[in-house]
Amino acid sequence: MGLTYRDYLREELFPQMWCAGCSHGISLTAVARAMAALKLDPAETVVVTGIGCWGKADDYFKTHSFHGTHGRALSFATGIKVANPRLKVLVLMGDGDGVTIGGNHFIHTARRNIDVTAVITNNFNYGMTGGQYSSSSPEGTISTTSLYGTAEPGFDICELARAAGATYVARTTPYHVTQMDKLLAEAIQHKGFSVVEIISSCPTFFARYNYKVTAVEMMRLFKERAVDRERYDALTAAEKAGCFLTGRLHREEKEDFHTKYARLQQQAKARAEREVV
Amino acid sequence: MVKAKISEIVILGERCKECAICLEFCPRQVLAANDDNKPVVKNIENCSGCRLCEYRCPDLAITVKRKEEATHG
Ligand code: SF4
Ligand code: SF4
Ligand code: SF4
Repeated sequence: MGLTYRDYLREELFPQMWCAGCSHGISLTAVARAMAALKLDPAETVVVTGIGCWGKADDYFKTHSFHGTHGRALSFATGIKVANPRLKVLVLMGDGDGVTIGGNHFIHTARRNIDVTAVITNNFNYGMTGGQYSSSSPEGTISTTSLYGTAEPGFDICELARAAGATYVARTTPYHVTQMDKLLAEAIQHKGFSVVEIISSCPTFFARYNYKVTAVEMMRLFKERAVDRERYDALTAAEKAGCFLTGRLHREEKEDFHTKYARLQQQAKARAEREVV
Repeated sequence: MVKAKISEIVILGERCKECAICLEFCPRQVLAANDDNKPVVKNIENCSGCRLCEYRCPDLAITVKRKEEATHG
């Protein structure tokens, strides 16, 4: 019999460390369901994390895991994948880890089209260190480092990923679990750099400071504000401002770094042999 | 038509952090809160076995067993 999603999780460590209603727990089991749907071999799968609340997720998987330094998860993942391209590499990062501290690594992983999957839970702040704003916090965000609102706009992570060269880009929410399962499986299967942004709730900081709402009400906001491409395109500019686009936003076939590198290696070897003779 | 008793729902109270997500978003109002704000099964006969409560629980505190699974153990 095949593995169920629970076979990929270390349930003996539950209850997990996250706050009540934090959506990371939902994303965690969705990643496990995608692993089960694709029948990934836990011995050939590596979960790589950096630092942050979501950065603790690697603890809960019965796969290989690598817990690196803040913002550098993608660099470690690149090394792991280059050393052994056979491995499935999943990189779990938040907005702080993924596109703020790790912004530089993010664009270069995309540019190189490294065949790893980044699962970015975007809760618009640094939860673990007490709710500071990040590069994805929308303008005007109240946080512990911007008590009167931020003066800078936030990154659109999916736009950034696409512009930098990611070959699969999708966005979903913890309310839309069925969609999340499907997009994660698609992303993991995709050859090349794939990014799934999960618009997430940090009920303890971001949700409380900015919306003064609970985890349940954050879920309701996700339900109301997430729209697919068809519905989004039909909205007026004013309506668009209150919504965000979800679903698969980009997919292209493009030779990934490892395939290209192996090809170059072959060519170099053949040339070296010719020159010796 | 709602089928009778197609599921069994197992709730691990000690894992539950009382976030109320399962209570709020069950499409068929199968669950209700007990005095500790943890979910209990109120009307299993309404359950469609959709598993949304299981998948949306951040703490893996709910398991929905469909009838064929329930009978196997
Ligand atoms: S601080 Fe925020 S992101 Fe971190 S576990 Fe708590 S709710 Fe989740
Ligand atoms: S399985 Fe679906 S219908 Fe049944 S209790 Fe859970 S959410 Fe409600
Ligand atoms: S969703 Fe899970 S943690 Fe939240 S109240 Fe329901 S059983 Fe408890």
